[in-house]
Parts: sequence; structure tokens; C-alpha cells
Amino acid sequence: MSLLNTFNIGASGMSAQSLRLNTIASNLANAESSSGPDGKTYRARHVVFSSTPTATSPGSGVAVTNVVESNAPLRREFRPGHPKADASGYVDMPNVNPVEEMVDMISASRSYQTNVQMMNVSRQLVLSTLDLGK
Amino acid sequence: MNVVPQFDPLNFGEAALKLRTYRHEVLGSNITNADTPGYKARDIDFSKALQNELLQKNHADTMPMQITSNGHYQFNSSVSTQPSLLYRVPNQPSMDGNTVDPDIELSEFSRNALMTQAAISFLSGTIKSRLSAITGQPS
Repeated sequence: MSLLNTFNIGASGMSAQSLRLNTIASNLANAESSSGPDGKTYRARHVVFSSTPTATSPGSGVAVTNVVESNAPLRREFRPGHPKADASGYVDMPNVNPVEEMVDMISASRSYQTNVQMMNVSRQLVLSTLDLGK
Repeated sequence: MNVVPQFDPLNFGEAALKLRTYRHEVLGSNITNADTPGYKARDIDFSKALQNELLQKNHADTMPMQITSNGHYQFNSSVSTQPSLLYRVPNQPSMDGNTVDPDIELSEFSRNALMTQAAISFLSGTIKSRLSAITGQPS
């Protein structure tokens, strides 16, 4: 039944968007992390979305197929007293762009809300279909 | 020329509801994939699909296939072709190849949901009036 398939589609969208929010949170939290568990500077992470078409249904959900690290150049800061400073006193800082992340966050939360709205509408329709003829 | 043949309100309601829920899923999928790079927004031509559905149903009712030999296949009237999915023409193409405009999709989605509710209540009314004709009691 098409109406129930919409729930699966909406749920896939919600989980993909929440994973996206998760990476954004991680990027913002680590905007100043000059070293990670592997000793390297943190790099901004981004999710890769792709749609998941099926043969049986006309619609397709969305899935996160990959989480990639940004290859933008790292930010160089002059901090001679920093333990990770190189010979000329510069430290590699993460390539996280807080403005970009905030915009991405707004977009992700809007998309999440739209998916929730869609599922609420589907729920109403299923309920009235169940009451058909009563 | 009258394109829509004589139809039973129950059949009509069923066809309309079926196509409405089909479109509901297609539009829902567009909304969910609003951020997927390369995704193309889909939709169906509702009035055309409804005409096809009704014509098909009518033919299945009035023209049964004669089976005169063991080699003939049984004609299955329940096999109906799905309405053809079309691509929406974007008015503001985006860099990542995605053609979903969330505002258009959301408004079409709400409109379709409203029409689904209407189809349900028409169908419900038909069932109620038949029931009252059968039982002789006003519903």
C-alpha cells in the first residue's frame, strides 16, 4: 500500500538528516581541535546522500552512503607557544567553516521537519482510510 | 466525445483513491530527496492516469477474453499498468543536478492529501448510501 510506503520513505529521510546533523555537530564541536586520537588535525566531515529506488514502489527513500572528510586546506594559525607549533611557529587548525556549518544545520533541520510533517499527513490519511464506510 | 465511459461510483472512487495514494508516495519521495544530489523530481499526470485506469477497468468488465484452447493464456484483468512517471521541469535548476523545489513539492503534496481526503469521503458516502438502500434504514 502506497500510504504505508510513505512512512518508510519519511523515516529514511529523517535518519539521513539526523546523521547529517550529527556530522555538523561534530564539526562545530571540533572547530578548534588541532589534534585527534591519531595525532592529526581534525578535518570537517560531510555526508553523501543518495536515493534508494526499489523496483516495487514508485518512490525512493534516501540513504547516507558515505561520510567524507573535506580536503579543503587546513587553517594555519601563528601560535609560537603551542605544543604543536612547527619551526616557524604555525599550528595547523581544522578546516571547519563555522558559517558554512550553521547554514548546513538550518537546512538539515528544515528538511527533518518537512519529513516529520509528511509522515503526519500520511498518518491522517491512513486513519481516515481505516474509517472508510463507517 | 465523452472520454470517461459510464462508471460505477465505487469503481471510480477506488481508481481515484488508488492513484491519489500512488501520487502521495511519489511526492513524498520528492520531499525526502530534496537534498540528494542528482535526484530528479517525479510526478504523474493525474487526469490522464485516471482516464486510463477507468478505461482499462471498463474494458476488463465488458470484454472478457474467450479461452478456446489450452494454449491460450488466462487474461488477468487485475494486471494494470502503473501510471507513467514524468519528470518535473525545474524553474530554478541547482548546481548539484537536483530538480526538487521543496515549496512546489510541499504545496502539491498538501493539495494531493486534501484530494485524497475528498476521495475517501466520496467513497464513504457511496458506501453509506448503498448500505441504507440495502437495509432500508436511513443512515
